[in-house]
Amino acid sequence: MSIEHLTNMANDIGAFFHAEPVREDGIKGMVNHLQRFWTPRMRRQIVEHLRQGGEGLDELPRQAVQRLEA
Amino acid sequence: MLSIAEKDFGTPPPAPSEQLVTLSIDGFEVSVAAGTSVMRAAALAAIAVPKLCATEQLDAFGSCRLCLVQIEGMKGYPASCTTLVAPGMKVTTQNQKIGELRRGVMELYISDHPLDCLTCPANGHCELQDMAGAVGLREVRYGYEGENHLQAKKDESNPYFTFDASKCIVCSRCVRACDEVQGTLALTVQGRGFGSKIAASQDDSFLDSECVSCGACVQACPTATLSEKSLIDMGQAEHSVVTTCAYCGVGCSFRAEMKGAEVVRMVPNQNGHANHGHSCVKGRFAIGYTTHPDRITKPMIRAKITDPWREVSWEEAIGHAAAEFKRIQQKHGRDSVGGITSSRCTNEETYLVQKLVRAAFGNNNVDTCARVCHSPTGYGLKNTLGESAGTQTFDSVMHADVILIIGANPTDAHPVFGSQMKRRLREGAKLIIADPRRIDLVRMPHIRAQHHLQLRPGTNVALLNSLAHVIVTEGLVSQAFVAARCEPVPFANWQAFVAEPRHSPEVLEANTGVPASEVRAAARLYATGGNAAIYYGLGVTEHSQGSTTVMAIANLAMATGNIGREGVGVNPLRGQNNVQGSCDMGSFPHEFPGYRHVSDAVTRQLFEREWGVGLHAEPGLRIPNMFESALDGEFLGLYCEGEDIAQSDPNTQHVTAALSAMECIVVQDLFLNETAKFAHVFLPGSSFLEKDGTFTNAERRISRVRKVMNAPAGYADWEITQLLSNALGYAMNYAHPGEIMDEIARLTPTFTGVSYDKLERLGSIQWPCNEQAPDGTPIMHVDEFVRGKGKFLLTEYVPTREKVNSRYPLILTTGRILSQYNVGAQTRRTANNAWHEEDRLELHPHDAEERGVKDGDWVGVQSRAGETVMRALVTPRVQPGLVYTTFHFPDSGANVITTDNSDWATNCPEYKVTAVQVTRVSQPSEWQKRYRKFSERQQELLKQGGDVTALK
Repeated sequence: MSIEHLTNMANDIGAFFHAEPVREDGIKGMVNHLQRFWTPRMRRQIVEHLRQGGEGLDELPRQAVQRLEA
Repeated sequence: MLSIAEKDFGTPPPAPSEQLVTLSIDGFEVSVAAGTSVMRAAALAAIAVPKLCATEQLDAFGSCRLCLVQIEGMKGYPASCTTLVAPGMKVTTQNQKIGELRRGVMELYISDHPLDCLTCPANGHCELQDMAGAVGLREVRYGYEGENHLQAKKDESNPYFTFDASKCIVCSRCVRACDEVQGTLALTVQGRGFGSKIAASQDDSFLDSECVSCGACVQACPTATLSEKSLIDMGQAEHSVVTTCAYCGVGCSFRAEMKGAEVVRMVPNQNGHANHGHSCVKGRFAIGYTTHPDRITKPMIRAKITDPWREVSWEEAIGHAAAEFKRIQQKHGRDSVGGITSSRCTNEETYLVQKLVRAAFGNNNVDTCARVCHSPTGYGLKNTLGESAGTQTFDSVMHADVILIIGANPTDAHPVFGSQMKRRLREGAKLIIADPRRIDLVRMPHIRAQHHLQLRPGTNVALLNSLAHVIVTEGLVSQAFVAARCEPVPFANWQAFVAEPRHSPEVLEANTGVPASEVRAAARLYATGGNAAIYYGLGVTEHSQGSTTVMAIANLAMATGNIGREGVGVNPLRGQNNVQGSCDMGSFPHEFPGYRHVSDAVTRQLFEREWGVGLHAEPGLRIPNMFESALDGEFLGLYCEGEDIAQSDPNTQHVTAALSAMECIVVQDLFLNETAKFAHVFLPGSSFLEKDGTFTNAERRISRVRKVMNAPAGYADWEITQLLSNALGYAMNYAHPGEIMDEIARLTPTFTGVSYDKLERLGSIQWPCNEQAPDGTPIMHVDEFVRGKGKFLLTEYVPTREKVNSRYPLILTTGRILSQYNVGAQTRRTANNAWHEEDRLELHPHDAEERGVKDGDWVGVQSRAGETVMRALVTPRVQPGLVYTTFHFPDSGANVITTDNSDWATNCPEYKVTAVQVTRVSQPSEWQKRYRKFSERQQELLKQGGDVTALK
């Protein structure tokens, strides 16, 4: 799946969870969302993209994807 | 003509009342509810009072003077239809004097009525004829020679019914049906006395008038004046079968009135719980597609999409499809195939396809077309209220004091509910409409929206946040409700969030384009106007913030306490008949039936035990992700039942490239639809008239679909899925869809009480139906939310990345029209084209003038995704800067221009916001030229494939 597409999707999800007043809740919310709705392959791809520098990924999605990796 | 199967009690039942009234009718003691008419009381006691202008479908009118009776202590001969029962009343329905009076009335009618009964279409079911018999008319003393209406002309302009004025008795039933049932007010009695006649609009033909062809007048007509053309052609039906409409999410109940295995006419069921005897032009009339010559009636296969189709036996087609799926999985892995179903499929069919994908394919790559319409509803409502469904009954609207419509157009897209809503509005309920376009409800006879919030497409969340801002900052929150029913911390967060000055209507006006004063007034009305109900459609969901908008709607309802009782609630108007059902049935890649996530071990084990197979715990691919994976060479086999992704999904060129990249596409459908042009196996499916099953409408109402004729290709769709599953090596052995429903009930907590037997008994059931609610649940979240406490979610407004600029300065939005339905596969193959034969681009006179475009000109519509050409319709219905089109014809290419943008949570496409430019052109777009060539070639390949049996 095109990494640009996945990055956009991740940023869109991040934009929703960005509103959470407690940052940690926002990150957890996004991690949970990715685990519940993205296929394992999509998750692997975005994790790999972050490892490569994660170009285009906003800050909250970066933190969430990092958490996904762990 | 009334249904052949229904007894008509003359006047509607009174409002429910505990109070019984006892009276005597012809010496028999009768007890009925207070408010009942004498006519109805008599009918309930099996005493038939002659009548012509009265029918149970309409309010009593008292004009024909045939139903007059004698009542002790009352002067003269009161009409039994307009006289209400009273305690101790003594009624005589028949004696010599009454008989003479009635014969006198009938004599007058018959003196100006053609006596061609034997060749009349109503023969056998004509109320006038019956009444002549009932009153014992033996002579007409006035003769037939005088001035009369016998030469009055027929109006045959409507494709589905005729108006034969010579047979009209001016009883006004048609006029009243148009007023009271449909609410269009298209008919009137024109002139006086002998000159009185029924006229449509300003004495126009029915087709040219405001008539919306709902057929209520045809059903109400007691003579052959208004008759279905099918009835005229075929004669009277001899039996009828109750079934459920296959069009929109209202899910109207119909009686298919049959002659052998042929449908004479569809008559809305008076006992239908969603529609109460009403229908629209699609449900009542547009069934011609089921017998259209385009129906494919033999299975077909081909190796490549450039090959001719080859008709084969069912065994060969199924065997080939199964072998191909196995081959692809062997070579490319278990996850390289998947399935897509449609909201046009029954519950049992969608359940079976997801079972096939999970159990026989061994993955979770199953999705349904709700992905592209109401998936945000499921997500948004589950996370706030706890259940992925609307909260009310349709009838609940009759208790609403304020109706807020957001991104929906009920009179076009959900017409039967639209009529009910109009009735409530004419009773005085207030109306707020949030829509970029001026839908009909904004202003129509006796209805005027108090507030039309004409927002810019893509700013729903901003608008809802500003409404919430007013409610919070002006102290209009229902504190008691929130304290008792909602989680306190999320509410406090939300309250603080929406109260921020950046969410005030004055600030957000710059985004929404809606004057702040209008927003404030609308918010006050919604919060303080009594019972307030929200109705929404795809104008909410099909946005990059679709799910956020649904949450914002739920927040608003919770904050004002407008949930959990009659007259309020959050009401998603579902586009197709079984959107709710297909979602309920586990058609999404991340959840089992009943909205339970595949990672939930307890649920998974339940299904593993029942299905006897190990199941995957990770979510599968959504439809758009299937396309992406196909282009990556990783998703190569698709089983697609009843859905036309090549036409209905956005960015057509992207979709068709993905389809072209797949190795085996199996399409199960009625027609060689757009997707089938890219397919390798075609399995001819069955229409709703040819199978048993259930549909679940927008009110969670499960209703039976009943088979009235055999499928021309031999199998109902559920049987075909079963054949495929067995060929794949996973055994399915259902003898009837009722057994599939039994399995659903065993596995789904909200369905445990549902069975075909109970559906037979109750007529329909609104889920949840289980031990706690054995007869179903009309209103949800009554004492507590399904999730316990309601949860407010923060709804930050994030503008779409689809921006206008100098190259694409206009915003395109899309919608449906009354006479056509979605991709048009059904309605385009009916006479409904008489009202809408092509999709047009609506644009404002100002934008048209700037571009030198006149009404009817061909215009090119370019977006970042593609270009198409259609004809212009210049209208002030759209604001300057906004253009609008419907998407019912493949050649229009509406989705060639829509983009890949989608809802952040569900990937529901952002159909409603596309930046475009519009220019005057003289020829089709390049895409259209390619499409026409490809389509013609595919039709040739179909013909070359042999004698595909055409239905006659």
